Amino acid sequence: MSRNTPKKAARRSQTGTDQLQWIYTQMVRIREFEEAVKRTFIEHPGVIRGHSHLGDGAEASIVGALSTRHDTDIVMPSYRCHGYPIVLGTPLRKMMAEVLGRKDGLCRGFGGSMHLADPSRYFPGTSGIIGQSIAHATGAALTAQVKHSGQIVYCFFGDGASKQGAFFESLNMAAVWKLPIVYVLENNQYQAYTHFSLEDANAVAGDPLSKKAEAFSIPGASVDGTDPVAVGKVVAKAADRARAGKGPSLVETKFYRLSAHGNVITVPPLPTQFPEHEAVAVYGNRREFEHWKAKDPVRRFRARLLKNRVLTEASAKRIEAAARAEVEDAVQFALASPLPAPEEALQYVYA
Amino acid sequence: MAREMMYGDAIAAAIIEEMQRDPNIIFYGQNMAMTERDPMLRKFGKERVRIAPISETAEIGIGIGAAMTGLRPIVELWMSEFMLVAFDQVINEAPRLRYMSGGQVSVPVVLKAGYGFCAGWAGQHSNCIYHTMMGIPGLKVVVPSTPADAKGLMAAAIRDDNPVVYLHPYMLTLDKGEVPDGEYVVPIGVADIKRAGTDVTIVAVGWMVKKALAAAERLAAENISAEVVDPRTLAPLDVTTIVNSVKKTGRVVLVDQAPRQSSAAAVIAGEIAEHAVGDLHALKMVTALDTSIPYSEPLENFVVPNEDKIVEAVKSVLTQEVIAV
Repeated sequence: MSRNTPKKAARRSQTGTDQLQWIYTQMVRIREFEEAVKRTFIEHPGVIRGHSHLGDGAEASIVGALSTRHDTDIVMPSYRCHGYPIVLGTPLRKMMAEVLGRKDGLCRGFGGSMHLADPSRYFPGTSGIIGQSIAHATGAALTAQVKHSGQIVYCFFGDGASKQGAFFESLNMAAVWKLPIVYVLENNQYQAYTHFSLEDANAVAGDPLSKKAEAFSIPGASVDGTDPVAVGKVVAKAADRARAGKGPSLVETKFYRLSAHGNVITVPPLPTQFPEHEAVAVYGNRREFEHWKAKDPVRRFRARLLKNRVLTEASAKRIEAAARAEVEDAVQFALASPLPAPEEALQYVYA
Repeated sequence: MAREMMYGDAIAAAIIEEMQRDPNIIFYGQNMAMTERDPMLRKFGKERVRIAPISETAEIGIGIGAAMTGLRPIVELWMSEFMLVAFDQVINEAPRLRYMSGGQVSVPVVLKAGYGFCAGWAGQHSNCIYHTMMGIPGLKVVVPSTPADAKGLMAAAIRDDNPVVYLHPYMLTLDKGEVPDGEYVVPIGVADIKRAGTDVTIVAVGWMVKKALAAAERLAAENISAEVVDPRTLAPLDVTTIVNSVKKTGRVVLVDQAPRQSSAAAVIAGEIAEHAVGDLHALKMVTALDTSIPYSEPLENFVVPNEDKIVEAVKSVLTQEVIAV
């Protein structure tokens, strides 16, 4: 399964054929995984508990940013966390089993969808409280600096998190201490249910959200988050700066979350599944939703690679079929995996 | 070998000795190591000893993230109430991350803070907030009451692979006591009998241990033998040592600088009620009154427990009739 394994060397070229095919493959794997989670709510009601948050629409941002990653760099996203470990090579079986709360899950059923963690692949974990993991990621960058490990940290968070105190405090400290970290502000345009134009000072003023970087006197850039190559180019600059010991940067990747914030919050035994996107369900704005759906980053990148002859219709279909099979295998594995024994709940409280 | 040392210096000695032992330990906080003359800075350098802005959420959150990835940070928070600014990190991040990851990560961070500064600091800087933290599985809370314990529990907190809130009573900072030289580790989760006795058990926390010992001394002059038990760790609590003492004496006074409602005393009372019920004749709690801490001295003195209140409580449990069960 070589496509699951991050390449040993840095992926410096953003435009080589291998690189573009790798990016497309990872984007498709993420999309297939998220679609499968969504389907599972319908096909197997009740097996996914609590709240799941999907990254469909974020594929270009996730893969584009991580295409600049070196082998041991640390990745710390928010609770909308499925996409990142997929790129890092975490087995989808373990991921899906965790989403289903099974014994074979990545976190043995203790974390669920919001709290995936795979420290063996440089993904130490997530927080479900918006914005708080920005501080944890900044701490990981402190470790890299103190230990002179040469690692940098990729810290991903949403537009909503950029209004949290943790964001402002962390970026200030990272700038003062010149920590090796890239802050990727994934502006998917909705903070849970609220459109960002209703709550962001930069947006209200008509400015990009990366303007926040000016407050910390660090570089800030905004990029089309539906184009993985464009994201990769901008993040590569920020990563280079971090590696050179010059400190943090803020990159806003602007795209559109294609699913609702999460599955409907219901009280058992009422079933839950994904509702319509907030644009439609809350704001009654189907035109906005359709506009962005037409810019679906996976479909657009596919068309571009076909046009540029990086992919043929046949090779694209092979990638898609393989991803579908891998995800279907993960779902079947997860459904067959046993639930944890109740008394296992007493483990892991203390180290 | 041991030497006499002030409580505050004993904490510093533990930090210095541990930092010399383990290069992964770092130490930072507000208004520390501000100039190159700072002795810690000179000893350990700018990477390991840092000054932080007034940003508790980031200070603690960065400590957590650094701990998750291989360092052992000590975060100097100065006053325990400053943690309230960042309570998500203390309560809902540090102790949860290991559990949620199914044991894959650990968070060896020390959150160091003083508390209970009863010297006219009024409503927001004098409180005891450990009760908000001692009920959080995954979080350890230590409250040393002597210079020796201050050193030994700091060493233990630093070496522990879990987040540890290290709370030191400000009022003991200048107190002197014998402190062992060199490596000295007091195990977390083990209570200490600070004075042996037979008639009554006094369980006291932090600064109140000193007051309980003074009260016990006065009671001894009246031929009352009080055993003073210091839990030292509030989470996880050493219920066994406390209950064994109560089973022996049958009577207990719980002394806590925190307000009564949901105090450490109230939690300990519950454990005693369940585990020593057949042997328990009387129990009384001496806590702060259920107010904020007032500024003016007579008001403050009225609210906080003192020797007189402890002596009075002991006499009352000794004269209380045995309740037939």
